[in-house]
Formats: sequence, C-alpha cells, structure tokens
Amino acid sequence: MFGKLTLADIPFDQPIIIGAGGFMGLVVLAVLGAITYFKKWGYIYHEWLTSVDHKKIGAMYIMVALVMLLRGFSDAIMMRTQQAMAHDGLPGYLPPHHYDQIFTAHGTIMIFFMAMPFMIGLMNIAVPLQIGARDVAFPFLNSFSFWLTFVGAILVNVSLVIGEFGQTGWLAYPPLSELKFSPGVGVDYYIWSLQLTGLGTLLTGINFFVTIVKMRAPGMTWMRMPIFTWTIFCTAILIMAAFPILTVTFGMLSLDRYLGMHFFTNELGGNQMMYVNLIWAWGHPEVYILILPAFGVFSEVTPTFSQKRLFGYKAMVLATVAITFLSFVVWLHHFFTMGAGANVNAFFGITTMLISIPTGVKIFNWLFTMYKGRIQFTSMMWWTVGFMITFVIGGMTGVMLAIPGSDWVLHNSLFLIAHFHNVIIGGVLFGYMAGLTYWFPKAFGFKLNEKWGNASFWFWLVGFYVAFMPLYALGFMGMTRRMNHYDNPDWTPYLQVAALGALLVLCGILSTVIQLVVSIRNRNLPEYQDVTGDPWNGRTLEWSTSSPPPFYNFAIIPEVHELDAFNEVKKRGHEARAVPTYSDIHMPRNTPAGFAMALLAGVMGFALIWHIWWLVALMFVSIIGTFIVRSCNDDIDYYVPAEEVARIEGLHRARVASLEMTHVA
Amino acid sequence: MSPDSMTVDHAGHGGTHDDHEPNTVFGFWLYLMTDCILFATIFAGFAVGRHQYAGNVTGKDIFDLKYVGAETALLLISSVTYGFAMINTYQQKMGGLLAWLGVTFLLGAGFVGMEINEFHHLVAEGHGPDKSAFLSAFFTLVGTHGLHVTCGLVWMLVLMVQLTVLRKPLTQAYVHRLMCLSLFWHFLDIVWICVFTLVYLMGVQ
Repeated sequence: MFGKLTLADIPFDQPIIIGAGGFMGLVVLAVLGAITYFKKWGYIYHEWLTSVDHKKIGAMYIMVALVMLLRGFSDAIMMRTQQAMAHDGLPGYLPPHHYDQIFTAHGTIMIFFMAMPFMIGLMNIAVPLQIGARDVAFPFLNSFSFWLTFVGAILVNVSLVIGEFGQTGWLAYPPLSELKFSPGVGVDYYIWSLQLTGLGTLLTGINFFVTIVKMRAPGMTWMRMPIFTWTIFCTAILIMAAFPILTVTFGMLSLDRYLGMHFFTNELGGNQMMYVNLIWAWGHPEVYILILPAFGVFSEVTPTFSQKRLFGYKAMVLATVAITFLSFVVWLHHFFTMGAGANVNAFFGITTMLISIPTGVKIFNWLFTMYKGRIQFTSMMWWTVGFMITFVIGGMTGVMLAIPGSDWVLHNSLFLIAHFHNVIIGGVLFGYMAGLTYWFPKAFGFKLNEKWGNASFWFWLVGFYVAFMPLYALGFMGMTRRMNHYDNPDWTPYLQVAALGALLVLCGILSTVIQLVVSIRNRNLPEYQDVTGDPWNGRTLEWSTSSPPPFYNFAIIPEVHELDAFNEVKKRGHEARAVPTYSDIHMPRNTPAGFAMALLAGVMGFALIWHIWWLVALMFVSIIGTFIVRSCNDDIDYYVPAEEVARIEGLHRARVASLEMTHVA
Repeated sequence: MSPDSMTVDHAGHGGTHDDHEPNTVFGFWLYLMTDCILFATIFAGFAVGRHQYAGNVTGKDIFDLKYVGAETALLLISSVTYGFAMINTYQQKMGGLLAWLGVTFLLGAGFVGMEINEFHHLVAEGHGPDKSAFLSAFFTLVGTHGLHVTCGLVWMLVLMVQLTVLRKPLTQAYVHRLMCLSLFWHFLDIVWICVFTLVYLMGVQ
C-alpha cells in the first residue's frame, strides 16, 4: 500500500533532525493558521496560486530562494561547527550518516533551490519590463515552471523528516549513488526533486528566449537591449542547451536504480566516468547560468549609481556571448584526474583560462563606468565593489586550478571549496543581493532599508573572507573536502577561524531578514515609498512605469530609439502632460492548472521515491488529464477595456502629481 | 500589489489569441531543439555502451532488419500521411484532416505495437535491459523514442476528440496546435532515422 514507506522511516531517535523538522512544521502550521485566521485563502488563491503575472511569479521565486537560503545556510553552519569540533579523535556532534546528508543537501539546495530560483525570480520581475512587454511569451507555462520548482523544494525538505537525503555529495557520483552502495531513498529524493525543478527551469529557459526574441518593444534592436536582458538571453540559451543533459543523466541513474540497468554501475559494462562527463557537460554551463545574470545586475547597477552610461556596451555584449560559447568547452576541467591524457587536459586547461579574458573585459568595463562617475554608494554599489574585488581573487584561484598540473595537487581539497565559494558568494550571491535591492521597489512599490542593507553587505564580505581564506590554506595543507572528523591538530585553528566566519555570515543573513521586516513595517513612510516608479534615476524601461507596475505593465507600449531608452526620454524632458488615448489591452487569464499539475507532479515524485506504484500511476494520469482539460479551455485570455486602463493610469498620475505638489509646498 | 486587477472580470472579447499565437510554434520548435539535445545525450550514452555486451547478446544476435525495416516504413509513411492532414488543415477541410489524422494514428500505433513486441521478445528470451550496458543503452534509446511516439499518439487522439466530440472549430489556435504536432511528428521521424542507422544498421555489422 505505501511501498517502502513505514513509520520507521521517520528518525524519531535523532533529536537534531526531529527538532529541525518539528520547527519547520510549526512554521508551516503557523503560516497556514494565519492565512485561515485572517481569511486570506481567497486572496492567496486568486492573487498568487493561480496568478500568471510574471511580477508575482518572480516575487514567489525570490521568496522560495530566501527561505531555502536559510535552510542551506543552516547546513553550512552545522558543517563549520562540526569541523571546528571534531579534531584529535573527538567525534563532534554530527554522526557521519547525518553529516554526509548535510553536505549533500547544502550544495543541492544552494544551487538548485536558492541560486536558481533567485536568478529566475529576478529575471521574471525585470526582463519583461526592461523590454517593454506586457508579460512573458507563455504566462501559463511560467506559472507551471514556478510551481515545479516549489514542489521540488518541498520534496527536499520532506526528506529531512520522512526518510533521508542523499549522502553522495551534491552531484551524486556513481557508483556511490547506485543502488548497491546507496540502498536508501536519499538518492531518490535527490533525483526526483531535481528532475521536477529541472523541468521547470528548462521551460523557463524556452519561455524567456521566446519572450526576448519576439516581444521586445518596437525599436528595441538587439544592440539597444539592456545588458541584464542580454545576460538573461544568453542564460536562456545555456539553460536550453544544458538542462536536457541533466534530465538524461538523472534519467539514466534512475534506470540503474529502478530497473537494474548498467549505465554507471561497476558491473556488466557500466561506465562511471560517463556520468561524470555528462553531469559536468550540464554542470559547467550551469555555473554560467548562475553568474551571467549576476553580471547583468552589476551592469545595471554600476551605470545607474555612477550616473553615467555603461562603458563599452558592445564589448560587454560580446564578452557575454563569448562566455556563453566557452562555457560548453571546459567541462573536463572538473576531472583532470580522469586520465584523459596530457593533450586533452591541456586543451581544457587552455579553454578554461580563455574564459578569464571576456570576464576581465567585463571587470574593466565596470571600473571604467565608475571612473569619473558621480558614484552614489548605496548598498547595491557596495555589493558591486565587493564583488569586483572578491570575484577577481576567486577568478585567479580558478586559473590556478585550470592548470592541470596544479589541479592534480589541489583537486578535491578545501582549496577547491574555497575557490568556488569565492566566485559563487562573491559573484552570484552578491549580484543577486544587489539585484534584489535594486528591483525590490519596482516589484513592491517601496524601497528596502539601506542601513540594514549595508550591514548585511559588510557582514557577508568580512564573513566570507574569514570563513574561506583559511580554507585556501587548509587545501595547501592537504585537507580534503567532506571530512566528518580528522586527526591533524594543525588544521584545527584554521577551521575554528572559518567557523567564526560562518557566524559573521549568519549576522549578514539576519541583517537581510531584519532589513525586510523593517522595510515592510515602514513601507508607507515617505522615505520608503517609491511614488514615481523611478527611485534610482534609472536608465532602462522598467523605471518608466509605476511601482509596482499595473498588471499590464505598460498602458502604451513604449517606442525605443536608443540604448538606455528611458534615460533618453528623461533627457528630452518629460513627455507632454496631455492624457494619452488608451486602447484595450489583451491579457492572459489566471489559471489554477499550473499549480495543480505541479502539485500532482510533486506527489508523483514522492510516490516514485517510496515505490508507491499505484499512486505514481494515479498521479501520472491526473497530470495528463489536467493538461488535456486545460487544453480544451479556449477562454484563456481577455481584454482590459480602455476605460479601465485610463482609470488605473489616472490614479498613478494623480499620486505622482500630489507628490510633486508636496515638494513644491 | 496591483489592486483589484485580478478579480475584476473583463467581459467579452474571448476567442482568438492573435498576438501570442505565432510564439507558440516558435516556442515549440525551441522545445524540439532541447529534445534534440536530450536525444543527443542518449545517443552519446549508447555510443559509450554499444560494445559493452558483458557476455550477453550483441546487436547481430538480436536485430531482425526485415522486422525493423517494416517498423521504419510504418513510421516514415505516417509522416507523409500527416503531411496530407496538414494540407487539409490549411484548406479548412475538416473531413480530410480527420481521415488523414486517423490513418497517421493507426500507422503510429502500428509502429509502437511492433516495438513493444520486439521488446517483449527480447525480455522473454533473457535479454532484458538489466543484462548488459549495451542492452541498457539500446532499450533506453529506442524506448525513449517510442515513448515520444506514444505521447504524439495521445496528443493526436486528444486533438481528434476536440475537433469531433467537442466540435471545436478549426481556429488559428487549433491550426497552430496541429502545426506543432506536425513538427513533433516529423522530428521523431528524423530521430528514428538516426536510431535505425546507428543502432540497427551499424549494430548488425
């Protein structure tokens, strides 16, 4: 009836797990209770669950990302404290079985359920607005994508309490991840949660590619596109090219585990290195899927707060495209020790080093943008400057690892761990935090508190260096990654310093939480309000509409004549104050289908993990059925009457006018 | 957030989805390109495992080219018949469209049936996918293609039901859906030609 699932699969004897699971359960119950108490179910259903509005979907993505950041960071600080404690024969407080799940969950969550949703959230909020579009190309698909990511995240969290998570590291290398060596459900949780979110990401990639290619405002040629949109365009290409490989790789691993096949086993002709090649053929482009949008954010933030145009727009575009291409020809540098031979290793070493050239071009472009600019040191600008210094250091250690000879010494050591955290925290995370602060007023109509934003930045920056510089040293001292305990007393002081760094990062995360709370509480104060829709004196089209934008984004689709379209409009002086004539606007209707299908897919994933075959079949049929029913519904869109548009726009204009009046007074 | 925007029901104006529909075909074509990468990856897996027989059968032992040739013929002819269905679509001839869709469906179902029969025989004779890396790769590659064809059949059936039982008119939206399925169907033909060549023809050498 319940497949492999029994009551014994809930680890009641593990106080840490049950405590954490119980706490999460209480939070969920509290939220659900609050929704019921305040009678908000209708609001949640109509405005969020069924919404196909890209701005709301983007906001939900970022909410998932922030929650999962807390989860992923809990894992991180547990690892740091464990390694600070477990020296000289001491066992620490985490048994190996649990510790292995923690480092696996940390990597999986931070990449797939923190960084990816964060990035997709930012692009959902900003891209359609930047290109002057009213929505994405496939709004229903967008909703489905989000909910797939959501149920994937839920599955990862369910694994905490029901069963276990993988103990294989975040990429689940076979043969360790094969049934013979990982007979539990941990790897299955890993596979199915990632298959669900991976499908969602693939659909997002297609969606945004079509949106950018087909739905740009009239006059916005390729070379008039904002850089953030350019980076998302390249990211969409990378997603479309890389994620099918991930799907197949996990598919083959599933076939090994479920049907006893021999793709990656030790027996009957299986080839473990095929998995490693395939997963990195996805994994390296994935690195650039994460970092390119961060580069895009910096390319928006730097000109805005230097109050001049971006230096070297064309070089920036070219560099982005070059990185997109190069990211597909470097995957082997993740396993130089495979034994591919000197020539192959040399090829991949050189292509890897080549990537530092376009990246260096970008760094100089940002620096020259700042040069002679009137720089406003907002928290976003701090994140950017912190990024430039930190990322360059991480890039240089990356070039060190790109030399096959030194990689043979340093691979699998904490030097590698320090390197990729150096670029992911210093690049991806700093970029997304800057992006969040930058577009937050656009999405919600009020700004974030700067004091706590700056505090968050400084804690993260200092915390990062304190936590990871010792790891570089430990790598040279021979400490390998993923150690539960160790017997070399020389390592201990370094690990204790690293644990201190993790505490500082914790303060950074708490600062962000406080920042959100303070800003939401004070949102109606004038210094937080964004009445005009252009709080930073921005240069691109998203700042030309109100904050938050009306659900149709633009009452009249803007015409673009130059790069930095909105800046040009402002330079020409405000357009005539006469009320323009509006026409009916064509919009998609909300639908519960995306939410329903994703939820059913989540249950199907759970059933697959526990081999509850009747439930798998039932859910599979239900998903197909829901989709067919949805496809029979022709009433999926409507027109907003011109009078309604005029009313909404009138309200916004009145608000702006009243603000100007107060200024004059 | 945008007040009352989502709850206000704007009356009338249903029907055509004019300014979004061309995106559908383009988007679907992009999906097919990602599917192409999916197949390419499985082909790569097959290339790695194709000589890993692990003491079990080789391609020469199990492939019956005449049988697979007939299977191939069914699928290739079904592509032609789908083309006829599309000609009728563009001429707004519902009768012809449904008739050719029906023929295409039968040919496709015949293909899938023959494939299931082939798989069934192999498993029954002890050459299942768990016996060697070669057999794993073979079953996965051919099976993934077969699953795609099955999805295409279900899609075709749904469209036929929508156009007959539900009496949906042949609007632009449905023409675009038929076009997407057409792209899908021809795409699967191209993939099958690669499967036939790389798996079967090169397998019996």
